[in-house]
Amino acid sequence: MSDGTGKTPDAKTGGFFASLGKSRPTKPGEIYGVPGQGDTLWLSLGSIAVLIFIWWLVTAMGWVKPLFVPSPGAIVTKFFEIAQNGFTNTSFFDHVAISTARVFGAFLLACAIGIPLGLAMGMSPLVRGIFDPPIEFYRPIPPLAYLPLMIIWFGIGETSKVLLIFLSVFAPVALGARSGVKSAAIEQIHAAYSFGASRWQVMRHVILPSALPEILTAMRIGIGFGWTTLVAAEMVAATKGLGYMVLSASQFLQTSTVIMGIVVIAAIAYAFDLLMRFVERKVVPWKGRM
Amino acid sequence: MGLIISDASVVYPAADGRPPVAALSRIDLEIENDDFVVALGASGCGKSTLLNLIAGFLSPSSGEILLDGRKVSGPGADRSVVFQKHALLPWLNVIDNVAFGLKMQSVPERERYPIAEKFVALLGLDGFQKSPVYKLSGGMQQRVGIARALTCDPKVLLMDEPLGALDALTREKAQELILRIWDETHKSVFFITHSVEEALFMGTKLIVMSPRPGRIAHRFDLQFSRQFLAGASARAVKASHEFIALREEVLGIIFADEEAVA
Repeated sequence: MSDGTGKTPDAKTGGFFASLGKSRPTKPGEIYGVPGQGDTLWLSLGSIAVLIFIWWLVTAMGWVKPLFVPSPGAIVTKFFEIAQNGFTNTSFFDHVAISTARVFGAFLLACAIGIPLGLAMGMSPLVRGIFDPPIEFYRPIPPLAYLPLMIIWFGIGETSKVLLIFLSVFAPVALGARSGVKSAAIEQIHAAYSFGASRWQVMRHVILPSALPEILTAMRIGIGFGWTTLVAAEMVAATKGLGYMVLSASQFLQTSTVIMGIVVIAAIAYAFDLLMRFVERKVVPWKGRM
Repeated sequence: MGLIISDASVVYPAADGRPPVAALSRIDLEIENDDFVVALGASGCGKSTLLNLIAGFLSPSSGEILLDGRKVSGPGADRSVVFQKHALLPWLNVIDNVAFGLKMQSVPERERYPIAEKFVALLGLDGFQKSPVYKLSGGMQQRVGIARALTCDPKVLLMDEPLGALDALTREKAQELILRIWDETHKSVFFITHSVEEALFMGTKLIVMSPRPGRIAHRFDLQFSRQFLAGASARAVKASHEFIALREEVLGIIFADEEAVA
């Protein structure tokens, strides 16, 4: 803005939106023009700290009743209380263990069936033609919509719970493996053939390893869907599990237990995602580099 | 003996309402043992189609390809291919990439690695056996590709613009290296390039191809690589009067084709 003195305005007075329009100067060790480059660790930690602070402030000042938003301290207290005494006569450890077993059991099953099937779909028009319609049909349907069918068909036991989670993991894993088949360059495939490889060897030694990065990504996405479906699965006559804990606590308006359960689910899922990222770095360090 | 292509044509069938495309028309070519055949031509003249035909990735619409009297009907280890790029396997290190072809041929591990080591040394990759290939420079990656194809001990080595992605200096060094290895191993080579200078320097036979339909328009017998292998320096060979005269002649042919297309 001109202030009448004829001076050109300082770059800093332009504000954030004006700075977006300008071209930025280069910085040492930075490549010009790469979108979104820069480290975000401190910003992320700051963001978390601010969110928790606002949460604490709102509760400490009494702006919101604890029934709606309990204080962060109450969540921590609740965590230790339930960790010590359990919830509805089941120890906290059992709740965590049974939910983890359901999610990972379904996840492993989905990987064991979904990855080979997805690979087969990618490599064979016959298999693709047969399995593409059913998978594409059920994939966009929310698990809650077919939950009643699961109960009618498989009862209220463990089968329908694991099956529900299995179905939510299966589609993304199978589709990831299927598109991973296309990752191998035609040059890699042709080179292998020109060295005398058989069709089977090309699949085993070229197509499968080059599909690995996409398969691992699909597994990360899949396990995310698995945790998302957990609460729905534990709506069915469950007496144990984190999803059950959250649901029944909500019926008794124990908001702090609800939030605590959500945080625990998020923490387990995040820890597993970190593990998967570590595995990715170890198994496919070449990802995106050739 | 050697590789004989007789009266081979490739027609891509009509698609999407477009008429059929004659990619190659009535190709006759003989690659004898010890030949270094270079294919040169404007883009779209069918050089890569011809290589795919020899490799067995394509079958001719008419005519036939014989290798040592036997009909070529698919890819096989007697015709290894070196590509311009994207053909190495990044999950394997250098030595495993080089030994990959032997593994495909079910050569036992005990025999596989000594052979691979030999070609690693021949291509000047000693000390890099355990390096991941994605960390190598382009020139070194290409040498891994050549070593890998050579370990299969093919009768014909097929090279599809193997040096096209290299910078000028690395490229000249690689040319000399390939010639020395060719001299040492006595392989027949079919080599595609876009560079007239590279074609003249490396080949014993040069075929200049023309587009629409893809065909061999001119053939030259060359001596420059022999001069180099007899001890002349690469720069001296490339600066000789005969070399320059032939370069201008071939460039004239190719530019005429490019203009006819454009």
